[in-house]
Amino acid sequence: MKNFKLSDFVSRFSVPLMFVLICAVCAPISGLSPSYLINEIVTRMGRNAFLILSLLIPIMAGMGLNFSMTLGAMAGEIGLILVCDWQIVGIPGMILAMIISIPISALLGLFCGKVLNMAKGREMITSYIISFFINGIYQLVVLYMMGPVIPIKHSSIKLPRGYGVRNTVSLLSMRQKLDNLIPLSIAGVKIPVATFIIVFLLCLVIVWFRKTKLGQDMRAVGQDLEVAKDAGIDVERTRIISMVLSTVFAGVGMIIYLQNMGNIATYSSHSQIGMFCIAALLVGGASVDKASIGNVFLGIVLFHTMFIVAPKAGTVITGDSMIGEYFRVFVSYAVITVALIMYETNKRRKMNKAGERLAMEQEEE
Amino acid sequence: MGKAPLLEMKNIKKDFFGNQVLTDINLTLHEGEVVGLVGENGAGKSTLMKILFGADVIRETGGYSGDILINSEKVDFQSPFDAIAAGVGMVHQEFSLIPGFTATENILLNRESKKKSVLSQLFGERMDTLDRPQMDTKAEDSIRKMNVDIDKDMRISKMPVGHRQFTEIARELSKDQLKLLILDEPTAVLTEKEAEALLESIRGMAKRGIAVIFITHRLNEILAVCDKVVTMRDGYVVNESPAKETSVKEITRWMVGREVSGGSAAEKIEDKGADKRTILSIKKLWVDMPGETVRNVNLDVREGEILGIGGLAGQGKLGIPNGIMGLCQAGGQVTFDGQEVDLNNPRKCLDSNFAFVSEDRRGVGLLLDESLEWNISFPAMQVQDKFLKKYFGGLIKWRDDAAIKEVTDKYIDELKIKCRSSKQKAKELSGGNQQKVCLAKAFALEPKLLFVSEPTRGIDVGAKSLVLQALKNSTRKRMLQ
Repeated sequence: MKNFKLSDFVSRFSVPLMFVLICAVCAPISGLSPSYLINEIVTRMGRNAFLILSLLIPIMAGMGLNFSMTLGAMAGEIGLILVCDWQIVGIPGMILAMIISIPISALLGLFCGKVLNMAKGREMITSYIISFFINGIYQLVVLYMMGPVIPIKHSSIKLPRGYGVRNTVSLLSMRQKLDNLIPLSIAGVKIPVATFIIVFLLCLVIVWFRKTKLGQDMRAVGQDLEVAKDAGIDVERTRIISMVLSTVFAGVGMIIYLQNMGNIATYSSHSQIGMFCIAALLVGGASVDKASIGNVFLGIVLFHTMFIVAPKAGTVITGDSMIGEYFRVFVSYAVITVALIMYETNKRRKMNKAGERLAMEQEEE
Repeated sequence: MGKAPLLEMKNIKKDFFGNQVLTDINLTLHEGEVVGLVGENGAGKSTLMKILFGADVIRETGGYSGDILINSEKVDFQSPFDAIAAGVGMVHQEFSLIPGFTATENILLNRESKKKSVLSQLFGERMDTLDRPQMDTKAEDSIRKMNVDIDKDMRISKMPVGHRQFTEIARELSKDQLKLLILDEPTAVLTEKEAEALLESIRGMAKRGIAVIFITHRLNEILAVCDKVVTMRDGYVVNESPAKETSVKEITRWMVGREVSGGSAAEKIEDKGADKRTILSIKKLWVDMPGETVRNVNLDVREGEILGIGGLAGQGKLGIPNGIMGLCQAGGQVTFDGQEVDLNNPRKCLDSNFAFVSEDRRGVGLLLDESLEWNISFPAMQVQDKFLKKYFGGLIKWRDDAAIKEVTDKYIDELKIKCRSSKQKAKELSGGNQQKVCLAKAFALEPKLLFVSEPTRGIDVGAKSLVLQALKNSTRKRMLQ
């Protein structure tokens, strides 16, 4: 009987287990100290958790992995750039940036939701392409309209030619202000208490949200559009709301992420964030139609441990530092592919399992 | 009956693009009355009910003429929601339940009990939290109204079909305003015992003053529970009489318009079993089909034999064909004509000349959006390279449309499939005719072994005897199961 449970466990958590294995192999090779590792993971937990949590609501509404969370990230960046130019520093600056980002991301979420309603069943690929499209508009705004249309005063932000925003915007004035708001350090590990509190609050909101009427509607819509529609649930609206919420949360999450990083890479910060967040969530054991808060945190720990140790291990083995950079990107794309394939095979294996059990029972008779 | 009737339908007419499907239908219904609505496939029962329920398809195809009065007030439902608000409830033939939700959640879908919270004051009532205990009580109430035993916390996906049907009815019963309930073939998927329980609960509903329109092909049920039987044929109401004063035989005659001899035992076939060799032998078969699990089945089938597998729903009778044909995970030993059959591989089965008429005709059986020609010839074309013209020694294969048309017309004629032409789309046919297309499709494969799963589900007496007759005829010509 015990054997049975073990094999079930393995097949259910095959993706997370695979990453535990990778981490276990790479960690000693990389030669990084445990305290450094733990410090890094805690930092990244605070940095990424909010962003990844924003992915949960669309999954609940049956819209799959929200690749267009990038939209929210862009809105967050625009908020931060403006606040930087206005020289509002610290926590008030962050809050103002969030306030600016919310209407922008809500609008983008609304747009995205409407488009996805036209592309039911193909949400993931559509949202992925939308993120490229909006990236174009974002570049137009940041590269040409910031200056002549949207006033930008400071030369540290503006490009020397007189309009457009520099490649990197320094956020020194609010760097880790939230993380260090309540200073706490346990055994040399710095803990960003205030960030964790905010993440915890969002978790509470999500748990509570599942119990609301709207949450129940989203679950219904996620499982069967037609039945939900026949029952009188406004399917389209429900789906749009889930996109708007996700995008707004992603915007706020991006601001938290960037205050930890301390600078904005104006033209690339957002572009890979969606990919990394989705990869982390999948590594945590989530699937396209099912994800929990537990998956988020497990995913951050595993994915980012691998993120830290794998490039180092690669450098140690090959002696080339470039290979490490290459490794990061390669791995996260690979993770998404592998995770998607593994869940597909898992689904099939589950069917075989039930059959085998029947055969076993029969033998016993 | 001094009171005004609950429902009056007066001179209802409906045509689909010039094709008259309902002519001058009149129907009255009083509080607490149970009316049985019977008729052959395509007689217009479903269309009439769709009109009453305000279905979208009626408006999209040009509406109807005539009046519907509820409590002597003229109504014109723009959508099913209007109908529901007016107290009309309908249980469709197809389930409309959310698989991952519990019975309770499904019964109260979109009508959940709610509690106010601080945030719902801010963001509107969709942010109300669900009141689970109260939902449980409500669900229990409506389940109790049916006098059946359903686990309200069980997920729909794990329930047997019968319980799903009851869940669906419970959902209608939980609506307080319900005055009129339409049941469209609710017993088709139920076992005899479950059907009995359902009839009992219909009687209970009637006692509470709910009027019921009951559509079924099982005429005995009509006689057992209905006050009045309304028979339809070709878009007309041909008879309306109290259930007490009629019989199955009479109703059948009204339905078909001619005498029907029961499809069974019309001719005696001598049992030649003993001297025929065993062609299919099943040993220790197990099949994992949701709701129809098969365990340890041993069976032998002889050449030219028709073997019937009976049993209640959920006992695994559907699992046997689905397992052998490789549609569900299966194991064990199956030998056909001396050769072992590779299980879990539908292609191999088809290659060894098996054919299967699935019980799930809309899901597995038909290409709903394609023409009859395509439906009938498709498997034969795919599996046996029939109806293909070959060029360059088989390098290029073209579809042979003439041959396809010929074979389709042959089966339309043979099985009396009611359709406009062989180019008509399969989804436009009525249920019974769709079933005949499924059979034709299997016959076109000229199989050595044919599995027919629930061929008479949801079809009327006339079509039933035709289908059964067709099965018998083809057996005599070829070797079939």
